[in-house]
Amino acid sequence: MSPKPPPSDTLVRIRGLSFSRGTRLIFDGIDMDIPRGGVTAIMGPSGTGKTTLLKLIGGQLKPDAGSIEVDGQAVHRLAKSALYDLRMRMGMLFQSGALLTDLSVFDNVAFPLREHTRLSPSMIRKLVLLKLEAVGLRGAQGLMPNELSGGMARRVALARAIALDPMMIMYDEPFAGQDPISMGVVVQMIRRLNDAARISSILVSHDVKETSAIADLVYVISDGKVIESGTPQDLAEHGREWTQQFMRGLPDGPVPFHFPAPDLAQDLFGVSA
Amino acid sequence: MEWLAALGRAGLSFSAGLGRANLLLLASLRGLADLIWRPRLLFEQLYSIGVLTVLIIAVSGVFVGMVLGLQGYYILSRFGAEATLGVMVAASLVRELGPVVTALLFAGRAGSAMAAEIGLMKATEQLSGLEMMAVNPEHRVLTPRLIAGILSMPLLAALFSMLGVYGGWFVGVGLLGVDDGTYWAQMQSQIDWSGDVLNGVYKSLVFGIVCTWIAVFQGYDCDPTAEGVSRATTRTVVHSSLAVLGLDFVLTALMFN
Repeated sequence: MSPKPPPSDTLVRIRGLSFSRGTRLIFDGIDMDIPRGGVTAIMGPSGTGKTTLLKLIGGQLKPDAGSIEVDGQAVHRLAKSALYDLRMRMGMLFQSGALLTDLSVFDNVAFPLREHTRLSPSMIRKLVLLKLEAVGLRGAQGLMPNELSGGMARRVALARAIALDPMMIMYDEPFAGQDPISMGVVVQMIRRLNDAARISSILVSHDVKETSAIADLVYVISDGKVIESGTPQDLAEHGREWTQQFMRGLPDGPVPFHFPAPDLAQDLFGVSA
Repeated sequence: MEWLAALGRAGLSFSAGLGRANLLLLASLRGLADLIWRPRLLFEQLYSIGVLTVLIIAVSGVFVGMVLGLQGYYILSRFGAEATLGVMVAASLVRELGPVVTALLFAGRAGSAMAAEIGLMKATEQLSGLEMMAVNPEHRVLTPRLIAGILSMPLLAALFSMLGVYGGWFVGVGLLGVDDGTYWAQMQSQIDWSGDVLNGVYKSLVFGIVCTWIAVFQGYDCDPTAEGVSRATTRTVVHSSLAVLGLDFVLTALMFN
């Protein structure tokens, strides 16, 4: 029996990925390498398919062409049981939190432990309290999801995502709709969890400032292509004109301020300028 | 030609929906093994779908029985046959009104609630969340509801019929003076256990399968938006009602020749 090869430095390897919804092409043959142990951000304007990419990595969607490998396994070719085994090593933080609304905070975090382990109730209780402590919400264990603010719900969802000590966590727009304090908490928490638990993080966002503060590597995607990749500093300083506009939030540039329209004078007065 | 194309599109869409509904039913039934190890999930749904529907079924059953007693008495008394009031009330209830009205009420109360709950779970990404936690949402969410609906319907229909018989007795015997002993004795001698009662139970079992299947499918298959959930609940009630009325005719024709 040959020894198991050492794990590659690349946790997620995407090659020639194409995906479309109906007639709309979302990804057109993109390549990506997401390294182990770091925080990798996928950025781009709204509607470019960032969340779709997470669903493709998690095996919830199948690509039209190309391959997606997670920890050496081709996600899109796995049988359901093997896919579920792989997902037990993945965590995902949904934009809405996706907490089960009929369960309390404690039961939500305990849910994956009860489903996938045979730990005793007392052990589950200890683990849940530790996970909730890590996100600062041990005191909220008895609350129901409808009693939580948006930021708290996302932190509970994060505690649930790390309940099984996954090898990677995918964050879908973790900063969207957060007040400055909650946003600061989540920014810190993602970096701290990544380093403390030695996991890999994939972060999908269009919040440039917050994402740049914690990301080791950034992929910028638009119009179905990877526009550029590199460290946040590289992209901000030496990136292409399009990337510079996106990273600096400039209103006009390669992405025009105006949606294509006929001449204004023609539209207003019916005459050519 | 436009209408022909529209007709074709509607036919294809209907066939695709039916195919998805069948696949979902199969996937849900595969979750039965999981459910045996987690009966708590079934009990929760039996409470939510069955117990919480008892009140509307009980009240409706009493009033439908009372109306049957009243109408039956006025018609039967023209022929001097008011002694058979108990038979008429019981036969109407156990053969037809019990299973059918219970199924219609069930679709309105429990079916729409089921579709809305599952649709909202989809819209709020709870179903996706379950999938990403390596928990099969078809087994965890749909199977308990499907089985609870199938088990609840015959029991609710039996309750409806029983209370309806008492409603008819209250009006016929209590208010209109039909003889108490005759009311029950005629019923006992004329209502056949397998021909009337069991056929009514089979009907309600079929209605239970159909109504719950439609509800879980509509919820699971809806667009994950407020409008999509709203449409799913409406479709649940409309499709279930039409299916129950259509199937009732088919089953009646088969069972009672």
